[in-house]
Amino acid sequence: MSILIDKHSKIVVQGITGRSGLFHTQQCRAYGTNIVAGVTPGKGGIHIDGIPVFNTVEEAVRYTKANVSMIFVPPPAAADAILEACAAELDLAVCITEGIPVRDMVLARSVQERSRTLLVGPNCPGVITPGQCKLGIMPGYIHKPGKIGVVSRSGTLTYEAVKQLTDMGLGQSTCVGIGGDPIIGMKFIDVLELFNNDPHTEAVFMIGEIGGGAEEEAAYWIKENMKKPVAAFIAGVTAPPGKRMGHAGAIITGGKGKAEDKIRTLNECGVVVAESPTRMGHAMKEALKATGKHTAHPAKKAKK
Amino acid sequence: MNIHEYQAKEIFSTFGIPVPRSRVALTADQVERAAKEMGGHCVVKAQIYAGGRGKAGGVKIVHHPEQANDVAKELFGKKLVTPQTGPEGLKVRRILVEEAVEIAREFYLSITLDRATSRYCLIASPEGGMDIEEVAHKSPEKIHVLTIDPLMGLRPYQARKIALALGLTGVVCEDCVELILNLYRCCLDKDCYLVEINPLVVTKAGWLLAMDGKMSFDDNAVYRHREYPDMVDYSQLDPLEINAGKYDLAYIKLEGSIGCMVNGAGLAMATLDVLKEFGGEPANFLDVGGGATREKVTEAFKIILEDCDVRAVFVNIFGGIMRCDVIAQGIIEAANEVQCHLPIVVRMDGSNVEEGKRLLMESGLNVQVGDNLGDGAKRIVKMLGQGGK
Repeated sequence: MSILIDKHSKIVVQGITGRSGLFHTQQCRAYGTNIVAGVTPGKGGIHIDGIPVFNTVEEAVRYTKANVSMIFVPPPAAADAILEACAAELDLAVCITEGIPVRDMVLARSVQERSRTLLVGPNCPGVITPGQCKLGIMPGYIHKPGKIGVVSRSGTLTYEAVKQLTDMGLGQSTCVGIGGDPIIGMKFIDVLELFNNDPHTEAVFMIGEIGGGAEEEAAYWIKENMKKPVAAFIAGVTAPPGKRMGHAGAIITGGKGKAEDKIRTLNECGVVVAESPTRMGHAMKEALKATGKHTAHPAKKAKK
Repeated sequence: MNIHEYQAKEIFSTFGIPVPRSRVALTADQVERAAKEMGGHCVVKAQIYAGGRGKAGGVKIVHHPEQANDVAKELFGKKLVTPQTGPEGLKVRRILVEEAVEIAREFYLSITLDRATSRYCLIASPEGGMDIEEVAHKSPEKIHVLTIDPLMGLRPYQARKIALALGLTGVVCEDCVELILNLYRCCLDKDCYLVEINPLVVTKAGWLLAMDGKMSFDDNAVYRHREYPDMVDYSQLDPLEINAGKYDLAYIKLEGSIGCMVNGAGLAMATLDVLKEFGGEPANFLDVGGGATREKVTEAFKIILEDCDVRAVFVNIFGGIMRCDVIAQGIIEAANEVQCHLPIVVRMDGSNVEEGKRLLMESGLNVQVGDNLGDGAKRIVKMLGQGGK
């Protein structure tokens, strides 16, 4: 029914005793998320709302069999929290924290890449499998269980997209906010691949933004590999050319990053792109309708 | 966070990266005196937060102190427009006077963050100077990129490979290896997004020198460097943007007349897109942050209304977990506090939407409520068209 998390996921919250850590732990719990432990160094041994708190992730795993972490640790210590989650060999760490220094993330990401732990974020709304498990700060009520996978670089724009999908009767299998920071864990392609292999996801909606080349990369990957229809929206069509400093950015991206380039590439790769943010739900419908007409993989589609 | 060339060069020299003799000046007389110290023949360089200065007339070679004075008078207060400044340009307030150097060869060298690999990468080219982006576009084989493994760090053999690729040999090659290693150390120690030397030169006497320096710091790491806030040259930033920064709001001034307040950067961009689609011209980009607290909404209102071009305000808040009645309350109090009489359209989503709408309609403000993104945009454009009635 989903990717990354479901009703069997056992969650440990790193930074559970902080203000937003605790607030969102309660919100997630109210949604039905199975939160089994919290971690705050120095506060091990206490219970908070009946949830046992440990000093380390390792201890939390040993006593509660937690397999997924949600991280609310403040920026100066957040990269360390990611490293700790990897050392405890969790299946997944979802880092909500905004404002982690890039230097710390470069290191944390390179260690995480070599570990067995997947990372979503940082600086992201989190992951939700509607009706089963909410791991993050997104409003649960706009979601509805269903068959559309959602992957996004944005926060509130994702809520807008999900609400349009739900309002049109298109429920979601899992929604993943990969985060908008320069250094992030899972990227569009990593999530698309999971959706591609998830038998209960029938189509994917992808939300991108101007800047970088991640959407283009995803587009080419979709053309080559995706068995399911994909619709997308790219924010920032009307954004003015920004101020910049130096040439290095332009050299490594080859001048990519403009919305129209991304939209053109996505279209060329068979993705239906919503021409307006008011029509994200419609674009998804259109992509679903088009299935079977001009599909690149008719044999695979027929199996459904 | 950006700093000036002269500041970057000061930092370079503390990391053992050789830079030419220079002096920064705030007045034409200071420029003249500095030029005298350099022996008259020197380079006068406008200090702005952008590259591409050479072609915009911001870098001039002078031959005697009086000429330096004349050039400085012309540059001070002038707005330089380069491909990196945006159309409005940046005003020259500081000038760097630098010794003139006899250049044998020019290179490009930088370290920046590569999103695609999640690593720092070193970029070098034997064709440094003014047209480096052109070089990258037309002859990519002349651009050497090295991805740095953070666990291993940058190693001398890797730096040597780059130095050799630049065509350097012998002592200068080893000097360049050391310079590259120092540049990486500088990039990490100072928490940089970008360190760039363009051009890096070999002088006719055979010395390496960083003739230009650009440095951008990671805003998230400023807390580790107490000296950074004092290094900012506020004259290079838009006053409204500075104010917004104080309250942690992302604000960018645009050309139109509809003030925008949105929570979240992606939704904010999408909101501008929708306004344009319905024929409206946004006056700004403003992200109040995902949470949209009352304090931030109030400050955001103040900043939007300080812009005299604003004739109407469009608020688009996807509250998420926040309740709409709380957000509505915040908007009403903020609008009253800043005495906003302009037409306002509020589009919000979240729990308790109906209660939020009722509060707004009963507030006595010149306000309408949009049912969704498109409806909100349509309404604000219409209200503006009717002269705000």
